Amino acid sequence: MFKVFSDLMRYNIEFAIGFFLFVSVLIFGTLSFFSPIDPTQIYMLVPDIKPNAQYWFGTNSRGQDLFWQMTFAVRNSLLFGFTVAMMSRVLSLVIGLVSGYAGGWADRILMFVNDIFVSIPVFPILVLFFFVLRDDLTTLNLAILVALLGWAFDARLIRSMMLSLKHREFTQHARFSGMPMYKIVLKEHLPYIMPIVFSTALANMIWSIGIEVTLAVLGFANISIPTFGTMLYWANNHSAMIAGIWWWILIPVVFIAMTFLGLYLLSVSLNEYIDPRQRLRRMGGGS
Amino acid sequence: MINYLLFAAKRFLQLIAVVFSGVSVAFFVSHLSPIDPVEAAIRRSTRNSNVNPEAVEKMRETLTALYGVDVPMWQQFTNFWSKVVVGDFGPSLLSFPTPTMDLVLRALPWTVGLLLVTILVTWCIGNFLGAFAGYFQDNKYLKTFGLVTMSIQPIPYYIVAFLTLMLLAFIWPILPLGGGYAIGLVQEWSWVFVLSVMKHAILPILSLIMVGLGLWFLGMRALVSNIISEDYVVFAELAGVSKPKIVISYVMRNALVPQLTALAMAIGGIFSGTVITEQVFSYPGLGSLLVRAVNSGDYTLVLAVSSVAVAAVAVAIFIVDLLHPLLDPRIKVE
Repeated sequence: MFKVFSDLMRYNIEFAIGFFLFVSVLIFGTLSFFSPIDPTQIYMLVPDIKPNAQYWFGTNSRGQDLFWQMTFAVRNSLLFGFTVAMMSRVLSLVIGLVSGYAGGWADRILMFVNDIFVSIPVFPILVLFFFVLRDDLTTLNLAILVALLGWAFDARLIRSMMLSLKHREFTQHARFSGMPMYKIVLKEHLPYIMPIVFSTALANMIWSIGIEVTLAVLGFANISIPTFGTMLYWANNHSAMIAGIWWWILIPVVFIAMTFLGLYLLSVSLNEYIDPRQRLRRMGGGS
Repeated sequence: MINYLLFAAKRFLQLIAVVFSGVSVAFFVSHLSPIDPVEAAIRRSTRNSNVNPEAVEKMRETLTALYGVDVPMWQQFTNFWSKVVVGDFGPSLLSFPTPTMDLVLRALPWTVGLLLVTILVTWCIGNFLGAFAGYFQDNKYLKTFGLVTMSIQPIPYYIVAFLTLMLLAFIWPILPLGGGYAIGLVQEWSWVFVLSVMKHAILPILSLIMVGLGLWFLGMRALVSNIISEDYVVFAELAGVSKPKIVISYVMRNALVPQLTALAMAIGGIFSGTVITEQVFSYPGLGSLLVRAVNSGDYTLVLAVSSVAVAAVAVAIFIVDLLHPLLDPRIKVE
C-alpha cells in the first residue's frame, strides 16, 4: 500500500498535485474543529474588513470572519460529498453485483430501473424535492436523495466487470473445488472491483459536491449552514461583487477550484493506475 | 432495415417508460407539497382588496374544480395524466390565467438552442482535438490544451459561468450582462433581433463550452491512445497512409462509437448545467422559469417544467441512441 503510494507520488505528477491540493484543503477543513466561533452567528465583527493580519480572509457583510467560515464550509462540503459517495457506492455495488451475477430476469429488471435513473435529469428532480420539503430538506436528507439519484452509472460499470469475472477460468476453478458462491464473490472478485469502487467514489464526490454548490447558490438548500454553495449564496445575496467586497467571492471560488481539481486529479490518476495498459505506457514500456 | 425498425420500436417503448415514471415521480413529489394551490391563488388575488366573502367562497369552488384537488390522490393522478397527454398542465399560479404549458413553450426554444449549440460544438471539437492529441502525444500545443481543459472540466458550471460573466461583462464590459435579447426589442425575424439574440447567447454558450469540452477531449484522447497500438494502425503507418488520414478515418472512426454512448449518458448532466448557467445569465429558458416558479411557490409551473425537462432529456437520449447503429455497423440490432 505504501509502496504504491510512494510510486504514484514519484512517477505520476497528476497524482502528486491532486494529493497536495486535496490534503491542503482537508487540513484546512479540520481547522474548523478548533474554531473559536460559531459559524451560524452573524454580526459578531465589524463587517467588510479587507483581508489583513488579524482577519486573514477579511470579514463579510454579515459580520463573520471569513477564515473560520471557510473552514466550516470546507468541512461541511467534503463531509456531504463523502456521505453521498459512501451511500451511493453501497447501492451501486449491491445492485451491480446482484445484476451481474444473477442475470436473467433480475438483471433485466434492475437494468431497466438503471436506465431510467441514468436518463432522468437530476437537477429538476432535486429542485422539486426542495420545493416540497423546504426546511425539512436538511443536509443529511439532501445527501440521501443525491445518493439515491447517483448510483446508476457505476452500478452498470460494476455489473459489466462482474459479467466478465464470472466467466473467467479461476471462477470456474473455485466453483468446482466447492467454494460457496458468496465466498467467491467476496474473496476472489471483490479485490478486482474495489479499485473501481474507490476511483468512482472520488468522481461521485466531485459530482455531488457540484450539485450541492448548484442548489445552495440558488438558495435551494439549508442556507444557514456554511458550505461552498451557501457562502456564494450569501455573497450574491449581498451583491458582494457590485459592493466591491471581492474577497467574499474570490476566497470560496479559489477553495472550490482547489477541491474539485484535487479530487479530479486523484480520480484520474487512480483510474490510470488501475488500467495496466495505461500504466505501462507511462512507464515507457510496450505501447 | 426491418431489424433497425424493431430496435427503434423497442427503444421507443423504453422512452415512454422513462417519461412515464419520471413525470409520475414529479407528480407525486409535488403533490406532497404543503402549499395548497387553491388557497395560494385566493391569497394572491385578494391581497390588495376587500372581497366579498361569498365571492371568495365561489372562487374557492371554481379553483378547486380547476385544479381538481377535491378528489382522492389516485383519481388526481389519472386526471393529471389524461390532461398531460394532450399537453395541459393546468393554469400557472405565478401569472394566473395563463396555462403553464404556454410559459414552458415560450422558454423551451431558448434552452434547446443553448443545449443544441453547446453539445454539437463541444462534441465535435472535443473529439476532433482529442483524437489528434491522442495520436500526436508529444505535440506541445495539444498538451497545453489538455492541461487547460483538464483544470477547467471539474469546476462546477456555476463557478465557470459566474467567472466568465464577471470577466467579460462586468470587469471588461464587452458583452451584455444577461437576458436573451436587448430590452425593448420585439421578438420577430429581423436582423436586429437575431443579432441581439446571438450577442446575448455568446457568454452562456462560451461558459458551457469551456466546461463541456474537457469531457470529450479527455475521453477521446484516452480512447485513441489505446487504439494506436492496434495492428491495423501500425499496418496503415507502415503502408505509408498519411498521418492526418490515419487519425481521422482509421482511429477516430472507431473511437466515435463509445463517445456516442458517453454522449447519451451525459445529456442529463449537460441539461442540469444549462439550467444553472441560464440562471447566472438571466437567460429566459427553462432554468430561469423553474427557479422563478420555485421562489414564488407556483406548484403547477414547477411540475410542468420538471416534467418537460424529464421528457426533453429522455427524447434527446432516444435520438442519440437511434444514431448508434448507423455509426457502428458491427452492432447487431437484435
